Amino acid sequence: MNIAVCVKQIPDPAAPWSLDPSTHNLVREGKLILDDSDAYGVEMALQLVDKAGAGEVTLVSMAPRNETSGLRTGLAMGAAKAILVTDDQLAGSDALSTAKVLAAAIATTEFDLVIAATESTDGYTGTTPVQIAELLGLPSVSFAKKVEIDGSVVKVDRQTEAGYDEVICPLPALVTVTAGVVEPRYPSFKGIMSAKSKPVVTLSLADLGLVGAAGGAVAGQEIVSVQKAEARQAGVIVEDDGTGAQQLVEYLEQLKFV
Amino acid sequence: MVLAKVWVLVEVGDGKPTTSSLELLTAARQFADLTEVFVADASGADHAAVLGSYGAKKVFSIGSLEGSLPGAKVASAIAKSIESNGAPDAIFFAASYDGRDAAARLSAKLGLSVITNVVNLLAVGSELHAEHAIFGGEQVLTTRFTSGAPHIFVIRAKSFVAEESGGAPAAVEKVEPGELGRTDDSRVVASHAEERTGPKLDEAAVVVSGGRGLGQPEKYEMIESLAKLLHGAPGASRAIVDAGWVPYAYQVGQTGKTVKPNLYLAVGISGATQHMVGMKGSKNIVAINKDREAPIFQICDFGIVGDASKVVPQLIEILQAR
Ligand SMILES: Cc1cc2nc3c(=O)[nH]c(=O)nc-3n(C[C@H](O)[C@H](O)[C@H](O)COP(=O)(O)OP(=O)(O)OC[C@H]3O[C@@H](n4cnc5c(N)ncnc54)[C@H](O)[C@@H]3O)c2cc1C
Ligand SMILES: Nc1ncnc2c1ncn2[C@@H]1O[C@H](COP(=O)(O)O)[C@@H](O)[C@H]1O
Repeated sequence: MNIAVCVKQIPDPAAPWSLDPSTHNLVREGKLILDDSDAYGVEMALQLVDKAGAGEVTLVSMAPRNETSGLRTGLAMGAAKAILVTDDQLAGSDALSTAKVLAAAIATTEFDLVIAATESTDGYTGTTPVQIAELLGLPSVSFAKKVEIDGSVVKVDRQTEAGYDEVICPLPALVTVTAGVVEPRYPSFKGIMSAKSKPVVTLSLADLGLVGAAGGAVAGQEIVSVQKAEARQAGVIVEDDGTGAQQLVEYLEQLKFV
Repeated sequence: MVLAKVWVLVEVGDGKPTTSSLELLTAARQFADLTEVFVADASGADHAAVLGSYGAKKVFSIGSLEGSLPGAKVASAIAKSIESNGAPDAIFFAASYDGRDAAARLSAKLGLSVITNVVNLLAVGSELHAEHAIFGGEQVLTTRFTSGAPHIFVIRAKSFVAEESGGAPAAVEKVEPGELGRTDDSRVVASHAEERTGPKLDEAAVVVSGGRGLGQPEKYEMIESLAKLLHGAPGASRAIVDAGWVPYAYQVGQTGKTVKPNLYLAVGISGATQHMVGMKGSKNIVAINKDREAPIFQICDFGIVGDASKVVPQLIEILQAR
């Protein structure tokens, strides 16, 4: 069982994010980290490979400036190797460009299953993975809250508005997982040390034969303006001294909710 | 009108078009001379009257999904219809998981960009610009397409208000999804519904949500009692959905439901950006949190800095005594 996991490397969500005033792209300076959303995918892949008893997990990422910090986290968790696509022409890519790049990168490795997150923390278009599936001609099951492999079939509990559906799909296939599917492990000290020597293959757009077919120059959309949203009026905030509940009831009475 | 023709993917739930779909139809009517829809449901024709009354002139009926997940079949049927009918100016999809799957596949098939997480559309000259909230709704981005038609928009629930226009029943035309190859290989073998009581979360006038600050799963019962007393629906942050305290159907936020009730009460919820985008449009927001610095206090109309396990039982007691 070989699994390719798409992992996005993003600016630390704990630090304030900003947009570049001229390009309107998210500022991606400084160290990037493994998107939390993708830690679930990495963990899921490691567990599935473990159960199958053979095979390996390959991380696939597109990121600027040869960034590998996030990949090292995934390798330290237990992935065997990583493929990084990095190219100046990729700045300002839309989701479809990203999908073209990732699909081409995934195609360079052997896989039975591709795993991605339902949506990234920074871009959250939620469309990249299924675009990848379409480009690779694969079936997909999005929004998985449970994933099992049974021979050459993947079995997924897919979340729905009302509850969940049991879905089966022959491999190879692409699955997107939500947070909460599994509990991502913390990399051990040994894992962190061994990650340093695991292979990371770096590819450019030219290596993938995608010059002119993907990247910022061919993005099909542009940002025309960025505005501050209308701020909500600051409200009344009280410290609870034992009468908080009573004060809230009075507030609700004024608004005729009680 | 800015556009000549818009197509809308209509999703069906509980045997009828979903509210989000009707919102998209209402929006389409505002911007286009002609609105046509796609429906993937055994009873596509049964919805012609309702869809007509929201302004659709034609229903392209894809028929029963027969266990397929919608994405591949719907995208293929739309792509085939573009071949035979020409492309509409725009196609609207709901920001549901099925809607996003279909939009993503169609985008890759046609080699065209998609704009997602749309919360508002603006007519500018002869095109539509889309607004989308970032950084937890702190800033609004306006985006336009630079590629050709059709422009694919994925629109969040409650961005528009569904209103009937009183049109005649839509004409129905069958469309075939065509050859799908391996893309249609996944099959739904069983469906499970999780029980919910009270009003629907995304339709309730009052929503009471609980988060990790409740401390333990049993404490969620307080949220349910309070919701009941206020004739509202109970909701949740993702933290406690992931922890398995309540089903996903309770989740409010970016990955869950968008709610716009008259009253939203957040108990033990910090106010992460992904939670806020799902409830910021509520008319009145009340927060109970023990941390004065919690971001939720920046957007609430009335806040109590206090311990939920003290304040909420008192609140329930006062309301019960009335
Ligand atoms: C891609 C992505 C999508 C996401 N989608 C969603 C989504 O749809 N919905 C969502 O909610 N989140 C979503 N999240 C998660 C989000 O970032 C937060 O992690 C989550 O909302 C936190 O939930 P919480 O407020 O319950 O928990 P916490 O952030 O842990 O906050 C708990 C709060 O309770 C308070 N508290 C503690 N004890 C008490 C007490 N005794 N009395 C009163 N208050 C107390 C604390 O002060 C704290 O503010 C998403 C994240 C990502 C990356
Ligand atoms: N640049 C990227 N590198 C690797 N994976 C990505 C990248 N962009 C998106 N993905 C994958 O696609 C998922 C959804 O991303 P998005 O479409 O941005 O919401 C992410 O969580 C990743 O699993």
